[in-house]
Parts: sequence; structure tokens; C-alpha cells
Amino acid sequence: MAGAGGGGNDIQWCFSQVKGAVDDDVAEADIISTVEFNHSGELLATGDKGGRVVIFQQEQENKIQSLSRGEYNVYSTFQSHEPEFDYLKSLEIEEKINKIRWLPQKNAAQFLLSTNDKTIKLWKISERDKRPEGYNLKEEDGRYRDPSTVTTLRVPVFRPMDLMVEASPRRIFANAHTYHINSISINSDYETYLSADDLRINLWHLEITDRSFNIVDIKPANMEELTEVITAAEFHPNSCNTFVYSSSKGTIRLCDMRASALCDRHSKLFEEPEDPSNRSFFSEIISSISDVKFSHSGRYMMTRDYLSVKIWDLNMENRPVETYQVHEYLRSKLCSLYENDCIFDKFECCWNGSDSVVMTGSYNNFFRMFDRNTKRDITLEASRENNKPRTVLKPRKVCASGKRKKDEISVDSLDFNKKILHTAWHPKENIIAVATTNNLYIFQDKVN
Amino acid sequence: MSEKLSADSRCEQTGDEKQDTQEKEAVVPERAEEAKLKAKYPNLGQKPGGSDFLMKRLQKGQKYFDSGDYNMAKAKMKNKQLPTTGPDNNLVTGDHIPTPQDLPPRKSSLVTSKLAGGKNSIPRKDRVLRAEEWTLGGLTLCLLVQ
Repeated sequence: MAGAGGGGNDIQWCFSQVKGAVDDDVAEADIISTVEFNHSGELLATGDKGGRVVIFQQEQENKIQSLSRGEYNVYSTFQSHEPEFDYLKSLEIEEKINKIRWLPQKNAAQFLLSTNDKTIKLWKISERDKRPEGYNLKEEDGRYRDPSTVTTLRVPVFRPMDLMVEASPRRIFANAHTYHINSISINSDYETYLSADDLRINLWHLEITDRSFNIVDIKPANMEELTEVITAAEFHPNSCNTFVYSSSKGTIRLCDMRASALCDRHSKLFEEPEDPSNRSFFSEIISSISDVKFSHSGRYMMTRDYLSVKIWDLNMENRPVETYQVHEYLRSKLCSLYENDCIFDKFECCWNGSDSVVMTGSYNNFFRMFDRNTKRDITLEASRENNKPRTVLKPRKVCASGKRKKDEISVDSLDFNKKILHTAWHPKENIIAVATTNNLYIFQDKVN
Repeated sequence: MSEKLSADSRCEQTGDEKQDTQEKEAVVPERAEEAKLKAKYPNLGQKPGGSDFLMKRLQKGQKYFDSGDYNMAKAKMKNKQLPTTGPDNNLVTGDHIPTPQDLPPRKSSLVTSKLAGGKNSIPRKDRVLRAEEWTLGGLTLCLLVQ
């Protein structure tokens, strides 16, 4: 059971699989930009900078016999978005998939929303395992028969065929965002969803593509007065009227759509007061929230800023209830991190199924887990060095200063090009997907 | 008696001082980093989160090309070369007129993701992968056609 009885540290994490090319020379298109499990955890979708989506499916193992849970193998892959050029605005529109969100399954087909900077698409992924055979006017290969040769009539029948998985775009939600889309979130009503860009949030109906409602607009009348942008947004998992959005200044606003049509005035403002004596040039940059995620329960939300993960109780606005330092040793490296732009990296974070453990990525292909109950944390590495299945991962430790112990790695040896920005946790089991630059690692807990 | 008291108050004082220096040390890493940055870039603006920084973020992807400007600049220059971009190709500032040479080359044809191919990802043997929406649309920059 996910997190039951223990947490990030009582669990022994083992390598399961790694997907992607081995070579060090990474093509830009192969950079993974989003990872998301579907609601059952059976499917795992990835999006990349080249606009492609790859979906993996968990094999149904014989549970009694198996030593580990089913492996994830390729189920479907398709080109979701293509590069575009907006001639009117002289804007190059990247095909990079910023986010993928799954719809809950309603019938045999699977649906997901994928978005790039400007356009959201609803994709239907369906299986076909039968095909009609025995047409009267067509040969099996599709050629038309000469009608004069048809002497008898028969009823075509469905015969089994090799399983084919087809992906088709069902809706295209375009032309609603002037700025770059950073988030999409499906409402708990399963009929609407929101899309957020730097300055605005729009509400869509899944069936309607030619219009959307603008529900948040923080664009100032004079752009010179711009001080903050929207960095992430999400609907509440249970209350269909509630959503939150985070900003580059480290605040989170909770809005209630019942209050007004345009939710520019927040219902709640979550902000941790800053100690003015601690303020530096970097303060605002490192306080910018890169991700916000509600807990499955809906009682808490988690935010990720550059150096920490914070858990907020929705009932308390003035400070987070828990703060976890991800890589505090970077505080004394902020100057060089600003120079190489790493200080602007947008890390995501995620909850486990029972909301007892949270996970986020770091540099050097390290990722961190924090157990909210035991208050213990662990640092693990996504590396091909440990890639024998069921090899237990060894905890890693970064030495901030002073004498470096054996097996520790010093801050100056960290590779800042190896960033883990995207991670995902199976909704029900202890299986996690961790994306390095161009590889996808799947880890699971040791099943005895 | 008084000696004892003064000894006690001395201890208190050093206690406070200790706390003070500890707090200062906690602040020092960030401030030290800030000092380093200001030493390297003395002209760095006071407000890093201000509009300049955010405007740059909002303008990502903007590529300007005006054939009128381009031709006027070419005419003005006559035989001289047009100024080319510096190391930062993405920033179009001041008098720099983008030229066809400045813009990045056309992206290569779309291929299947490596996550879906290769030895490490084994598709199920009884399955055929098919994507319905393979289009051959390319990215053409008509504005550059002279």
C-alpha cells in the first residue's frame, strides 16, 4: 500500500526500468518535459520538447507468482504538437509539451489533455482488436471488386486482429492565450478544465472549443507596472468551484468561482511573511513557486520554490505547516546559479497516494523524498549504474562544506546539467517515475 | 555577591552575542552571494523581480523581422555588412536588424521519440503502433523570402 505503515525511508526503493537512449549527446527534441500517471496508474504518459507523447502501459502480471509489479512498456506514441509560427505577432511557437493531464476513464478509450505554449489538445487513445472481414464489394486488402463478379451475398463478420492502439485528436482548444501556457487542470466535475498562462487563467468546457471564460486576469493596464506572473494553477480535487494559482513572488491565491465570474479577487492568500533582514537580491527569485499540487485529500497543498517544498493547510494562510529543505547547500552558490540560469529552473513536486510522502527533484540526477509522518528524508539518484532490476538504491548524501566523508559528494562536484524537474508517483502503489534530461526511470519498492 | 552577579550577567551577554553572530551567519551565505554578483556586474538593477526580468520572460519566442527595415538598413549600409548578432542570438535590441542568417535553421523532420524505440523499451509483440495524426506540415518562414 502506498505509504502505509512507513514512509519514504521504511520503503526500500529498487530500480525497475529505464527508458530512452544511452548516448550522452542529447537531441533537444528528446528532452522530457512532463510525466504523468493516469488515475488508475496503469498508464504513464511522457511529453517531450519535440512535441511527442509516449504512453507506457503496466503489464498485468500474475500477482501470485510475481516478485515485482508489472513492467511498463510502450503502449502508444504520437506527435501531439508541431512547431508553429505566428506571423501576425512574429512569434515562434514551440512544440514542447508543457503539461499532460489524464481524464478519468469513462469507457473503453482513454483521454488526455496535452498542451504546448499556446494550444491545448484532447487526445483519444483507443484500442482496436477486431476488424470486419468479408465485405461483398471489397477485397480483404481494400481493392474494390468488379461488381459483375459478385454472385453471392454475405454478412461481414468481426474477426480478431493484432491489437492496434490509435491516438486521435478529438478537440483542439486554440487561440485563447496571448502568453505561454504553464498549467492545465481538469475540474472534479470532469466537464471543465482550466488553462493558465503567465497573466491569465481560462475556463473551458471539454466539449466546446470555440470559446472559453477568462476567470483570472492579472495583466496590469500599464505593463511597466508588472511585478508578478502566474506560475502554476490547479483545481481542487473535490470542490469544483475552487482553484489555486501560484505566483513568481511566492504567493498562492485560492479562488472560489461562486464568488464572481472574474476571480481577480482571491478568497484566500497564502504567503509566508519574509524576514526583512534576510532579504537579498535573490530573495524574490528563489521564492518564485514553480509548482503547486493539492493533496489527494484536498485538505493540503504543496508548493515548490527553488530551495524548498512547503505544505500548506488550506485553513491557514499565514504560513505553511511544513517546510522541507531540498538542497539548502545551494544557498551559498546562488551567484553562480544565477549566472548559469539554473536559479530559474522549474522543479515540480508530487504526493504519494496516501499523502504521507512528498517527492521532488534536484541536480546531479538526485531526487528527494520527505516523509511527513516520520519527518525523515532521503536522497536517491537516477543513474544507469544501478540498473539491475530489484537493486536497492543506495541513499546519497551531499557534503555542504568541511570534510567530505566517503560516499558523499561535494557541492562543487554536482552536475547542474543533470536536473530532475519532473517526477510522478503512482496513485495507488509505491511506483515512481523520474525523468532525467532524456531518460525515464521507473522505481518501485522492494516486494518481499 | 556582586562578583557572582556580574559573572552571571557576563555569561548572559556572551549568550546574546553568540545568538547574534549565529543569526548573522545564517544570513551571510545569501548576502555573500549577492556581494559576489554585484562585484561581477556592478550595473545590475536593484529590482531583480521587476518588470525588465518579467518582460523578458513574457517575450520568449518573439522573433522580429520587418522586410522594410531590413531593406532600408541594407540600403543605408550600402557596401558595409549589416551588424550581426552577438553571442545571444535571441535578444533583438537596439539597431540590430535580424537577418536571414541570424535565425536558427529549420527544425529537422519529426521522428519517433527514443523513449518509444530502442532496446530498453520493448513494445508488446502482439501490438502494432499507429499514430493517426502524422502530418507533413513544415515550418516555413515566408517573411524571409526576398
